[in-house]
Amino acid sequence: MKPASFVYVRPGSRSEIVAALAEHGADGKVLAGGQSLVAAMNFRLARPGVIIDINRAGDLDYLRPSGDVLAIGALTRHAAFHKPPVEGPLGALLAKVVRHIAHYPIRQRGTFTGSLAHADPASEWCLVAATLGAEMVIANNNGERTCPAAEFFRGTFTTAVGEQDLLAEVRLPMLGAGWRSGFHEFSRRAGDFALAMSLAALKLENGVITAARLGVGGVSDRAIRLSKLEQELVGKPPSKALFQDVAASAQAGIRPTADIHGSSEYRSDLIRAVVGRALTEAAA
Amino acid sequence: MSWIGRSLPRLEDPSLLVGQGRYVADLARGAAAVKFVRSPIAAGRILGIEAPEGELVFTAADLAGVRPICPILHRPDYIAVEQPVLAKDRVMFCGQALAIVVAADQGLAEDLAEQVFADIEAEDAIIDFEGALAEGAAAVHAHAPGNVLVEGKLRSPGLDAVFADAAEIVALDLRSGRQSAMPLEGRGGLARYDDISGRVTLYASVQMPHMLRTGIADTLMMPESDLRVVAPDVGGGFGQKMSLFPEYVALVWLARHLKRDLAWIEDRRENFLASAHSRDQAFSVRGAFAKDGTLLGLDADLKSNVGAFSCYPVTCGVEPLMALAELPGPYKVAEYGVRSRGVTTNTGMMAPYRGVSRPMLTLTMERMMDVAARRLGLDPLEIRRRNLIDTFPHRSPTGLVYDEGSYKEAMERAAEAIDVAAFRERQAKARAQGRHLGIGFSVFSERTGYGTPAYAARGMGIVPGYEIVSCTMDPSGFVEARIGSSPHGQGLKTALAQLIADELGTVPEKVRIISGDTDATPYGWGTFASRSMVIAGGACKLAAGKVAVRLKIVAAVLMQAKAEDVVLEDGLARVVGTNLSLPIPEVARAAYHQSHRFPEAGPGLVENATYDPGGTFSNACHACIVEVDVETGGVTIERFVVAEDAGLLINPMIVDGQIHGGVAQGIANALFEELVYDETGNLLTVSLADYLPPTIAEMPTIEIEHLVTITDASITKAKGVGEGGAIGAPAAVLNAIVDALSPYGVELFQMPATPQRIRALIRDAERKAHG
Repeated sequence: MKPASFVYVRPGSRSEIVAALAEHGADGKVLAGGQSLVAAMNFRLARPGVIIDINRAGDLDYLRPSGDVLAIGALTRHAAFHKPPVEGPLGALLAKVVRHIAHYPIRQRGTFTGSLAHADPASEWCLVAATLGAEMVIANNNGERTCPAAEFFRGTFTTAVGEQDLLAEVRLPMLGAGWRSGFHEFSRRAGDFALAMSLAALKLENGVITAARLGVGGVSDRAIRLSKLEQELVGKPPSKALFQDVAASAQAGIRPTADIHGSSEYRSDLIRAVVGRALTEAAA
Repeated sequence: MSWIGRSLPRLEDPSLLVGQGRYVADLARGAAAVKFVRSPIAAGRILGIEAPEGELVFTAADLAGVRPICPILHRPDYIAVEQPVLAKDRVMFCGQALAIVVAADQGLAEDLAEQVFADIEAEDAIIDFEGALAEGAAAVHAHAPGNVLVEGKLRSPGLDAVFADAAEIVALDLRSGRQSAMPLEGRGGLARYDDISGRVTLYASVQMPHMLRTGIADTLMMPESDLRVVAPDVGGGFGQKMSLFPEYVALVWLARHLKRDLAWIEDRRENFLASAHSRDQAFSVRGAFAKDGTLLGLDADLKSNVGAFSCYPVTCGVEPLMALAELPGPYKVAEYGVRSRGVTTNTGMMAPYRGVSRPMLTLTMERMMDVAARRLGLDPLEIRRRNLIDTFPHRSPTGLVYDEGSYKEAMERAAEAIDVAAFRERQAKARAQGRHLGIGFSVFSERTGYGTPAYAARGMGIVPGYEIVSCTMDPSGFVEARIGSSPHGQGLKTALAQLIADELGTVPEKVRIISGDTDATPYGWGTFASRSMVIAGGACKLAAGKVAVRLKIVAAVLMQAKAEDVVLEDGLARVVGTNLSLPIPEVARAAYHQSHRFPEAGPGLVENATYDPGGTFSNACHACIVEVDVETGGVTIERFVVAEDAGLLINPMIVDGQIHGGVAQGIANALFEELVYDETGNLLTVSLADYLPPTIAEMPTIEIEHLVTITDASITKAKGVGEGGAIGAPAAVLNAIVDALSPYGVELFQMPATPQRIRALIRDAERKAHG
């Protein structure tokens, strides 16, 4: 359980990091919280030639609300969300979700953007980013570009982040007044990877759903935003029957992946349960 | 003032709590790192092994002259198999050691191990009962066609008649998933070579240091005196660390060959792959019941997957023969038929794990009682009441003799504590709201503290059982007891110190227990099988008692009294009925330094004693309340009650700790843990992300009720209690799940009862209901 040998560099700023990535190319690997990478290295499943440790890049450690987005820098730890990082529905949502991420010590070290860059299909933050339509800021030696969540996640452990790129920032849309959220996750033990989870956000005005965000994670190679079902919710008052219908549609529309903890058929049942519960909680 | 019965804080804890425990890895600094190259293939022929030139890499060819590990059972139905230290011509399971590399540190050793290539011609692996027992199946071991390494059979003459006359026959097929005892500290060893004496000291994370020494010495054909085995602090064993493993033989061989210090510290993946497994069992059992619920007969076909090899010294008979002997458990049953087989496969070796077969036996009997009760229209507690043993000594159909216990009383106590009537009301209300609560019971016996007669009856080539204790009071009045048992987290040293303090009128702080070092302790069997408090405790009591006799003789001379009038208490030797007394240290000093005055006592205060009892049965009833989430199949344990009778409690807090730990492992078996092989024999569960011990978040508060039955079968009046928690918990949990799901009419006979298995049962029931 010792990693293969590697070169270690520790740039001190965002610009030094992208320079290091440009220098080392495919050999380079960004180390943020290390909660997935270091374990993979110890199992020798990952053998990066050069570790680019970004933990001293103070200019990446920020949470910036600005206008209608919350900008999250690449060194923001999960624990920064233990209390709502901003007032309003988005802050409440993030604080609700974060306690499902692994265990307390892991949350002190692991980072929000690191989770997205790692793109584990059972990552809670990936579900949040996909469902809310986050925007990713990807930087390299030539500048930066933005990438919508819908184009960012490419599959298990695969994203739009290239060999010389740093996922420098993630921007989450602020949910304005009237938005409420619900999140439900099923896992074998507290802190385990989700076998299925769902995030729902509903905007309620005068007893009617006027906008909706709905996503499912842990059941496929990436988090799935259920845009069609979002439309089915809009214009209707929340009700048990509506949510049951939407949950059943979610179940019918997804053919889940299988592993030793959950067959495809089992995860399919879980989709219905978690979607129904997330919606119910959002409307409660 | 007696120390027995007091919840004295454990004398072992201070160093452990401040991080100053000394485990093998703590001692290993500076030693070269040993890494085993393991087979990625479950079955196949080794065509060749390539290793880089000029490095320290060893294969079976280098170990010529090292004997294989080959434990023996003297039974006609046992086929002995040889386990080589390194795989020679064939690999037998995924994870078997093929080669050894030695390097300056662990990282370099892992680098080197990656450069060793084994060319293996893979063959179809046999991994389960279906494959192993199929008509014309290939033989895992060529000399054991049929793949059965041990088979026990019994059939009482009246069995067929009771089945013919039965009002109800309950037939069940039960399955237990393969599990790991999963000690927090994996296996590990540090072998130190002494240039001057040529001796090797092996520090190893083991439960049986003397047995390990014998096993290694026999395998390497060296005198035992050239080897010292030390078990330092050991981070849990639960049975996994009581076998002789090839890795320890290899370490001692390497130390003698290379004449240097070497350490092998197992990692978690290696522990899952290459250490022992257990509980991979499939039982088909029929019970014949009379109309009134009386169990008339049992007919059982029991299979245990023992893996590729036979564990030394207890052999692959340990699960199958325990199953055969103890299936009826706490129930009266006149007629018994059983066939119990140990089936070999290309999987990890089975070895004892806390409970050995009895979690599955208890699951079998307790599920059977619930199913029979439902069919016969009886209350689950009432059917048990009608069948539980209540006259003692009780002789089981396999000839086991149960000493006094409180089987019915424990059940009533548990039922009262959990308040069945109140629960049924709550259950009905919850069901009206769509919530599914259930209650389950599990009554069982726990055979503990058995000595050589029990092991001899199994036909073991090596017959464990007795313990020898050497007890010394030194001239300053401090006591040392050297024991052959080898505690590793149980708190045994504290409990023994309490026992000895009472015999010698001193305090536990002045009693030092020395264990786990073959140079410093008498030959003994170690700590396993819920034996140490009974057997090592009994030997301590006897040895300390003999020291007390000498002390009294010396004190009597010093105070010009009669020895029989001297009592030892509160640090004093007192003459009863007088105000004469002497501090015990003064008496002790005289015993050494004025020995010419005490010819009757002889010089010094050193005594040995041996205890080798027949055994004693503890008993308990577990009761639990669960809630099942029918949409997800998730189970939450709401309450867990244990009514336990372990005889006289020497240290109640330590007994509670044993129950807590056991119940946690029982819940793990019931709901969480399972080692899974794929069809090629590749182990899929090699990390704690996939093998799921419950965490504190999944554990309920455990409520314990103690009953105390005083037995003559144990001279300390203590019964063993190490395994009961693990034995009883699974059945209580599964019975509660079935009770919770009674509206669906589902039955559950498989452990672990994972959410997806429970959900599948509910899904099927829902589909049937909707036609």
